[in-house]
Amino acid sequence: MRFTLSPEQRDFAASIDDLLAAADTPSVVRAWSHGEHEQGLRLWRQLADLGVTGLAVPEEHGGLDASAVDLTVAVEVLGRHAVPGPVVESLAALPVLLADSGATRWLPGLASGGSLGTLAWSPHVPYAVDADVADVRVCVSDGVLREFGPMAPLSSVDASRRLSAVDVRGEICPARTDRAWSFGVLACAAQLLGAGRRLLDMSVEYATQRSQYGNPIGGYQAIKHLLADVVTQLELARPLLYGAAVSLDTASPNAARDVSAARVACADAAYLAARTALQVHGAIGYTAEHDLSLWLTKVRALRSAWGTQAWHRAQVLAALTTERGAA
Amino acid sequence: MDLDLDRHALDFRAEVRAWLAENVPDKPLASFDTAAGFEQHREWEKRLADAQLSVVSWPEEFGGRDASLLEWVLFEEEYYAARAPARVNQNGIFMLAPTLFAHGTPEQQRRILPAMARSEQVWAQAWSEPEAGSDIAALRSTATRTEGGWLLSGQKTWSSRAAFADAAFGLFRSDPGSERHRGLTYLMFDLRVDGVQVRPIPQLDGETGFAEIFLDNVFVPDSDVIGEPGNGWRVAMTTANNERGLSLRSPGRFLAAADRLLDLWRREGDPSDTALAERVTDAWIGARAYQLYTFETVTRLSEGGQLGPESSVNKLFWSRLDLELHETVLDILGSGAELRGDWLDGWLFSLAGPIYGGTDQIQRNTIAERLLGLPRGPR
Ligand SMILES: Cc1cc2nc3c(=O)[nH]c(=O)nc-3n(C[C@H](O)[C@H](O)[C@H](O)COP(=O)(O)OP(=O)(O)OC[C@H]3O[C@@H](n4cnc5c(N)ncnc54)[C@H](O)[C@@H]3O)c2cc1C
Repeated sequence: MRFTLSPEQRDFAASIDDLLAAADTPSVVRAWSHGEHEQGLRLWRQLADLGVTGLAVPEEHGGLDASAVDLTVAVEVLGRHAVPGPVVESLAALPVLLADSGATRWLPGLASGGSLGTLAWSPHVPYAVDADVADVRVCVSDGVLREFGPMAPLSSVDASRRLSAVDVRGEICPARTDRAWSFGVLACAAQLLGAGRRLLDMSVEYATQRSQYGNPIGGYQAIKHLLADVVTQLELARPLLYGAAVSLDTASPNAARDVSAARVACADAAYLAARTALQVHGAIGYTAEHDLSLWLTKVRALRSAWGTQAWHRAQVLAALTTERGAA
Repeated sequence: MDLDLDRHALDFRAEVRAWLAENVPDKPLASFDTAAGFEQHREWEKRLADAQLSVVSWPEEFGGRDASLLEWVLFEEEYYAARAPARVNQNGIFMLAPTLFAHGTPEQQRRILPAMARSEQVWAQAWSEPEAGSDIAALRSTATRTEGGWLLSGQKTWSSRAAFADAAFGLFRSDPGSERHRGLTYLMFDLRVDGVQVRPIPQLDGETGFAEIFLDNVFVPDSDVIGEPGNGWRVAMTTANNERGLSLRSPGRFLAAADRLLDLWRREGDPSDTALAERVTDAWIGARAYQLYTFETVTRLSEGGQLGPESSVNKLFWSRLDLELHETVLDILGSGAELRGDWLDGWLFSLAGPIYGGTDQIQRNTIAERLLGLPRGPR
């Protein structure tokens, strides 16, 4: 057993991190929120150059056929930088869904980054994200894949998630959904964990700089203890996330359970990180102008995307109480 | 990144499982916080030692079998799943022994570890004092230089199992002019000699789970100093990291408890009570998270990493997990929850988790300052 990332995986994460750190993602996010996609699409092309868009695509369709762990590594970094766009859909759920269902014609475009894909999935993902910019628009309902057209835009708490309900069109083929759903949930969890960690880092930095009553606020125990709780929740959510990725990679019978457990833990930890970050920042954190808002709103949106917390908890409990595969 | 067990680990686990299935007493032993129960537990430890299972991760020369850290974690999982007796010598095996491996002389290791492995000598931790709880560096007990050794005087308290144990380890101020973390010496001493008075203290459950220790010029030879005189604080940090970090409360304990909680829920839970169902789920998720987190730690340590301030993350997490798990159980049991039994005893014990081994507040201070780098508070 070696339950840690390999040096190559660490390097991969670092190269994505370097790219995104240099890209001023907050301004990219703000532009994207206004429907100005140019900067964001450039960023996606750069991510494609690093191989990120091809991770979940099989080799014969132009992808890298990478492991779920590799994918998790990448998406966690994307969450850390609040990268806008259909991250879960285009990078994780859709490639697996199309490959498993045999609807392979869009895969080379997704792999190369030449096209973006989005997805709606009845009943848990009723609204598709970024359908206005996606080239591949697929929805899953009643075990069938269909194409869809976007309807009137809906506004999300996270303005960079440009949502719409779906106008269902022609049938593509029967859907094979098990792995694809799990990949979507896993990526959602990874994004949440990355965002949560960023919120913590911003809070620590602010608590070190900001002084009140003559002392840095981070010297006060009330603040310290809030942040200690956040790091504890995040640090204990991460192994669940990577453990779930390993379960998918080894086709474990417990994979769906493990993915749901990871999503529950990552979403709770990230939400605690968001609430705490706001409290630590005070009023400045409550402004749209401060970058904190970009992560705070994303965490709230992702927490109920790809299944609610209650639904995922129920999945875990059902798996545990029907066949006791607790190992 | 993988979670695979190699053949050696699988064989080891199978052997442990089979031995426990054969040997764990059908009827639970009496509590080790009673005189009779203490001796029953000592006997049990001898049986474990005869099977070379009392200290699997130690070198063979001291009674272990050189098992890897991972195999030790697996041993613990099996041990708790089999509902084997609580470890009466846990403070020796999981706290003093790692300290001796890191700082003890070869002579100390040869003299103390084999007897510990067989629980011929059971150990108590004597750190806390009436005026030194969280703030251990405020301790007042003294060690005074004398011919060939030291004379110990003062008072220790809250010492688990000291009521029946044979010996104890603790910190003493050996340099009278010193303050705080300086001038402390880490010593081992016999609890059953002249000059030592042990006064049992009944705990919440009414049993004498811990004791006060009064020391009046108790002679201890130089050979019972661990590390250098005056350097006790550094030695003590090794003990503390092990108490918090990995060894004292392994995931096996919580996985087994979560498993029994799930059984209880299946038998007696009300599925329409979704709030309670979610707490059951979270208890299992927490135990699983702690297991995987431990695998991460084991990987880090086996690749040369150290136990650092992450130990406090560990302790803070399991102390809350244990409490929430037991509270969930009692809420499922409903009106029967107040009746004395395993679950209620488990809950009573879980109440202490946020206090011993450094309180939750102290762990949070450590995490904030040493892991997150926030400004240090007053000391
Ligand atoms: C069941 C049990 C078994 C034990 N076994 C042993 C044993 O075997 N050997 C041994 O030596 N000791 C043992 N202890 C004692 C234990 O280590 C101490 O209780 C612990 O260190 C806390 O000390 P205290 O009880 O004096 O509380 P205090 O230190 O007085 O703390 C009281 C409260 O104040 C808070 N507090 C204190 N300082 C700070 C600070 N700087 N910032 C914020 N909050 C603070 C604490 O968190 C706590 O909530 C045991 C205790 C229990 C309950």
